[in-house]
Amino acid sequence: MSMSAEIRDSAGALPALEEESGRDPRSDRFVFSWWHLVLFPLAFLMLIPMIWMIITSLQTLNETRHFPPILVPSSIQWQNYTEVLQRAPFARWFLNTLVVTVVVVAGNLLFCSLAGYAFARIKFFGRDVVFILVLATLMIPFQVIMIPTFIIVRKLGLIDTLGALIVPNLAGAFGIFLLRQFFRSLPIELEEAARIDGASRLGVLFKIVLPLSGPVLATVAVITFLWTWNDFLWPLITIYNPDNMTLQLGLTTFQGAHQTNTHLLMAANVMSVIPVLFLFFVAQRFFIRGIATSGLKG
Amino acid sequence: MPGLTFDRVSKEFPGGTVAVRDLSLAIADGEFMIFVGPSGCGKTTALRMVAGLEKITSGTISIGDRVINDDSPRDRDIAMVFQNYALYPHMTVYKNLAFGLKERKMPKDEIAIRVNGVSSMLGIDDLLTRRPAQLSGGQRQRVAMGRALVREPAAFLLDEPLSNLDAKLRVQVRGDLKRLHQRLGITTVYVTHDQVEAMTMGDRVAVLKDGLLQQVDSPRNMYDRPANLFVAGFIGSPPMNLLRAEARGGVASAGDLSLPIADLPDGDVVLGLRPEHLRPATDGQPSMEFQVEVVEPLGDGVIVHGTVSGTLVTAPSGDDEVLPRLAGERAEITTKFEPTLRPSPGERMRLAIAAHHVHVFDGRTGDVIVAAGA
Repeated sequence: MSMSAEIRDSAGALPALEEESGRDPRSDRFVFSWWHLVLFPLAFLMLIPMIWMIITSLQTLNETRHFPPILVPSSIQWQNYTEVLQRAPFARWFLNTLVVTVVVVAGNLLFCSLAGYAFARIKFFGRDVVFILVLATLMIPFQVIMIPTFIIVRKLGLIDTLGALIVPNLAGAFGIFLLRQFFRSLPIELEEAARIDGASRLGVLFKIVLPLSGPVLATVAVITFLWTWNDFLWPLITIYNPDNMTLQLGLTTFQGAHQTNTHLLMAANVMSVIPVLFLFFVAQRFFIRGIATSGLKG
Repeated sequence: MPGLTFDRVSKEFPGGTVAVRDLSLAIADGEFMIFVGPSGCGKTTALRMVAGLEKITSGTISIGDRVINDDSPRDRDIAMVFQNYALYPHMTVYKNLAFGLKERKMPKDEIAIRVNGVSSMLGIDDLLTRRPAQLSGGQRQRVAMGRALVREPAAFLLDEPLSNLDAKLRVQVRGDLKRLHQRLGITTVYVTHDQVEAMTMGDRVAVLKDGLLQQVDSPRNMYDRPANLFVAGFIGSPPMNLLRAEARGGVASAGDLSLPIADLPDGDVVLGLRPEHLRPATDGQPSMEFQVEVVEPLGDGVIVHGTVSGTLVTAPSGDDEVLPRLAGERAEITTKFEPTLRPSPGERMRLAIAAHHVHVFDGRTGDVIVAAGA
């Protein structure tokens, strides 16, 4: 077969292949399985707190205290939401949380990639020992390192600033581990070819390795986003000024020592979980893959 | 364009495995050099040391007069084609070809000229917008070649570039590669375990075994005058028959064959008989009885497997070759006849070989004692 004939042949063969694999994904939906009889009630059980939160956020304060609980509010109290926005710097908290989360996610993607690549591909003295040590930090509960970290952050002069929430979280052992495992699975010939083609180590990482690591980077991004967005304990001990609070911390201001404005708390809660819910729907496959491949719980 | 020189190059991996021992070899400017040997012989390691992907333990490698031991891969001015092609999956064919030029900061319009030139030379112009996953094996191979060619390197390194192609395509690409080399005249080092590729493509062939260079010569000379038993058994298809024999007073005896050979010292020897040199015996010729077992008609010839009395030497052979086996007191050998001569299985015949076609090797060292006359 001549060269051009071979090219034509394989070009002709391509659409056929696509047709075969391009099955309409919608045909897989709504196929009944007996498992659904188990899964639907379980899913409903999981949803109950969420539903209750939404219902409570639309009740009056008195209704929230009623026993037995009132499932259908007499009138829908939309003003709970506006009251939250008026009584607390909610927009500020939202912005703070967004800034912290975005910077931490970006930092993790960058620094975990660099560290993960070094552990995966660059041979240096003590590499495996250092990697084990990094991994071992995953086993230390946050409560143990909380105070030393606090002291370091205070010496850096970051207490009661967003920097306190960002700097200690810019890289994590989890992301390093996940990325290293993925980088090792890429064919090394690609990197060797790029090095012969003239790319530096960093060039190889940014031009070859990272563009091929989309799924795992998405996983690291999603998981880091969730952890950072929902973090409560660390902001609680480093942030005092209401203007520097994140959402999770701000929510507690609705809980007083003598009285809790449950309806307002729940309205604020609903607003704070919307971005997380949205992210989860968009990126749930990366989230699930991250949990599944790392064997870690969120 | 400069040549490539190995000067006493060795490679020892951590853990003590020695992949290449004391390799000295000069590859001339524009030469097509083949490294061949069974897997684990060090041929790929030797190539990777040239590319800068493995550090050299001792010795020097130079391109022209420039020692490149400590140069990074990018500064060596070499290009390499990998066994699995290593095309960047996230880039189009055009970007794959342009990557090396872009990394060297070549202006965009110049890159376009070079990429288009190489792609039309290789007949891949209509693939430039595709991604590697959308290409067939042969097309990928071509793109990999193109990526190396577009840089116009001082030396071209190919690591078993045909091993992922099917048999028919392999023959075609083999020819294409050879034509390309004749046209461009770039110094080329080609690694393969396939002795057919070694015989057909190279100006010279270097046979390696356990990291040691066995012989470097033109394919023809390598075939006609193997330096030792390993090369004799490795080069040639079907391989040379190697029979144990005893030499006394200028006569070598193996089984029922007694062959007078000039300049033969006494002692244990191994006779090397190429399949195509074995012929049905005429009266009075020194011969051996051959029992036909399997007949393989090829069209242009017939390969006949059978047994003779005697003891075979199991030649160290390539990884995908079947080792000759002992059949009781008899040794299994192979002959190649003209297509008109077609014995039937079970038939007994007498085979002869002209004395000047016989290779004689030392029974202990394996080195050649008496080389066959050409």
